[in-house]
Amino acid sequence: MRNILLICKKELKSYFASPIAYLLMAFFGLIFGFGFFTATRDFVRFSFQSQMMGQQQPMNVNDQIIRPLLGFASTIALFLVPMISMRLIAEEKRTGTIELLLTSPIRDIEIILGKWLGAVVLFLCVLGMSMLDVAMLFAWGKPDLKPVLIAYLGLILQGACLLAIGTFISTTTRNQIVAGGVTFFVCLLLWLLSWFTAFDSGPASQVVNYISIVTHFENFSKGVLDSKDVVFYLSMIFFSLFITSRAMESVRWRS
Amino acid sequence: MIKVEGLTKRYARTVAVDDISFEVEKGQIVGFLGPNGAGKTTTMRVLTCFLPPTAGKATICGFDVLENPQEVKKRIGYLPETPPLYPEMEVIEYLTFVGQIKGIPSADIKRRADEVIGRCALGDVRSKLIGKLSKGFRQRVGIAQAIIHNPDVLILDEPTSGLDPKQIIEIRELLKALSGEHTIILSTHILSEVEQSCERVIIISQGKLVAQDSVANLTNRLRGSEAVSLEVESADGHPNPTEVQGRLEQVSGVSRVMMKDSKGGRLSFEVESLQGRHIRAELARSVVNSGWNLSELRAVGLSLEDIFLQLTTVETKEDTKEEGGQR
Ligand SMILES: Nc1ncnc2c1ncn2[C@@H]1O[C@H](COP(=O)(O)OP(=O)(O)O)[C@@H](O)[C@H]1O
Ligand SMILES: [Mg+2]
Repeated sequence: MRNILLICKKELKSYFASPIAYLLMAFFGLIFGFGFFTATRDFVRFSFQSQMMGQQQPMNVNDQIIRPLLGFASTIALFLVPMISMRLIAEEKRTGTIELLLTSPIRDIEIILGKWLGAVVLFLCVLGMSMLDVAMLFAWGKPDLKPVLIAYLGLILQGACLLAIGTFISTTTRNQIVAGGVTFFVCLLLWLLSWFTAFDSGPASQVVNYISIVTHFENFSKGVLDSKDVVFYLSMIFFSLFITSRAMESVRWRS
Repeated sequence: MIKVEGLTKRYARTVAVDDISFEVEKGQIVGFLGPNGAGKTTTMRVLTCFLPPTAGKATICGFDVLENPQEVKKRIGYLPETPPLYPEMEVIEYLTFVGQIKGIPSADIKRRADEVIGRCALGDVRSKLIGKLSKGFRQRVGIAQAIIHNPDVLILDEPTSGLDPKQIIEIRELLKALSGEHTIILSTHILSEVEQSCERVIIISQGKLVAQDSVANLTNRLRGSEAVSLEVESADGHPNPTEVQGRLEQVSGVSRVMMKDSKGGRLSFEVESLQGRHIRAELARSVVNSGWNLSELRAVGLSLEDIFLQLTTVETKEDTKEEGGQR
């Protein structure tokens, strides 16, 4: 455990020693802020209009602002993940520091878990930028807290899962740009799959739907906490980190 | 301390290390000498548990690299060909991190870090970013990280390559100072390096062990001596090995005689001359005069000399070429 935290701390240090952490936080903060601005502006306009027209349609901050916004955040996350995970192991292989880690009395799995955890923590920091905006809604409106928390849990699980896949991909190359590119491609593919299967309900697309990491987020974003989705994410994380440790072994065998 | 038996490492296409055996005693400082591509880095990577051997056995302090890697790793300090440094860290931060992953108890880390900073003369750059350091300083940080946990065995892969002469001297002094407490293996492709810093030398070439000896003996053998292989038969079919060996040793110009084999009344020897002496004619005369038959006499491959030439002349070429350590 100590070793995992050591590696995790070291990862975070190097993220924050370079501009990448701040860039990602600023990038996400800006895009999310823009989405937030548009959504609230429209919301205010609509509720104003409906009041003018004397309609008494219930306007709901949760459904009309938070839910689409956090859905939007889950899409942006697909772009963030490759940028976070790409350097994890590829960079250590390139510079040769992997030799230090692999010849120290710590286990491979501790290295992998530490690195993945570092990436997840950075992802949380980036995601945290959205909380500034969401907090404003709580200051001025009265949204339901529970679905917001569930949606955030979904965002975190989805991010952690994609980061685990990204960690694996980063283990297979010594070029972090390649690692980032492939991870981005995989994220894009998952995203596209979730689009295609939305229009189709044959058995094939049900399978695809099940394995697609993105579709499992749907329930969370609706505020529904289904243990099936949680189990799916956790087992995907476990599986990805497991194959990462196998890949690490073959780093030794082949390098 | 270090025991290697029949070690072989095969990559997809090349046999990088081919059936190497050697031993290093506690407290020794041993040079691992060979031209580029000889398999030095590969051997060191096996010893440090970075690569598993294809065949053979390697043990460090009695622990097998395959069966007990964690125990081995606790006892070694390793400086790879390129020092494994994180440029975004400060020197002290880096040494602390390495100390932690090497398993030093938290209470001792600061003391150990200060100690190695003192030893490696890093005081001035203690809070500098590693990425901003000169090559000589980086190498010293690399050595500092290798000794921070006070390992029994130090494995240093080309610790002086790419440094300027002044830095080389500094590193050599540092190694001398360290050799008292640690068993050290260092690799190099430069002969004079071994002469300067090592007690013993192991020479490998193309993955094969060519020679191992004390540095003093080896330099004598290398510098212009002749090696001759000969086979001796006696008329009665039972030559007395000690007698033959004694006779050969008396021939003038001979520095050493090694018995290689004896089968079916035929003894084979390898004889080396003193510097600059030609001994073949003398040897033949001595054997025949003693009443034995000389069934073979030839100059052997001069392999040492070939390698010696490579080691002394290739140097300049190697240094301009990018070294291919990490593939
Ligand atoms: N990862 C690798 N994959 C395939 N061949 C390798 C690898 N590393 C080294 N080699 C080959 O093994 C041989 C020995 O290399 P190395 O141990 O680096 O030699 P040295 O350190 O003595 O220069 C060389 O022929 C080299 O090309
Ligand atoms: Mg080498």
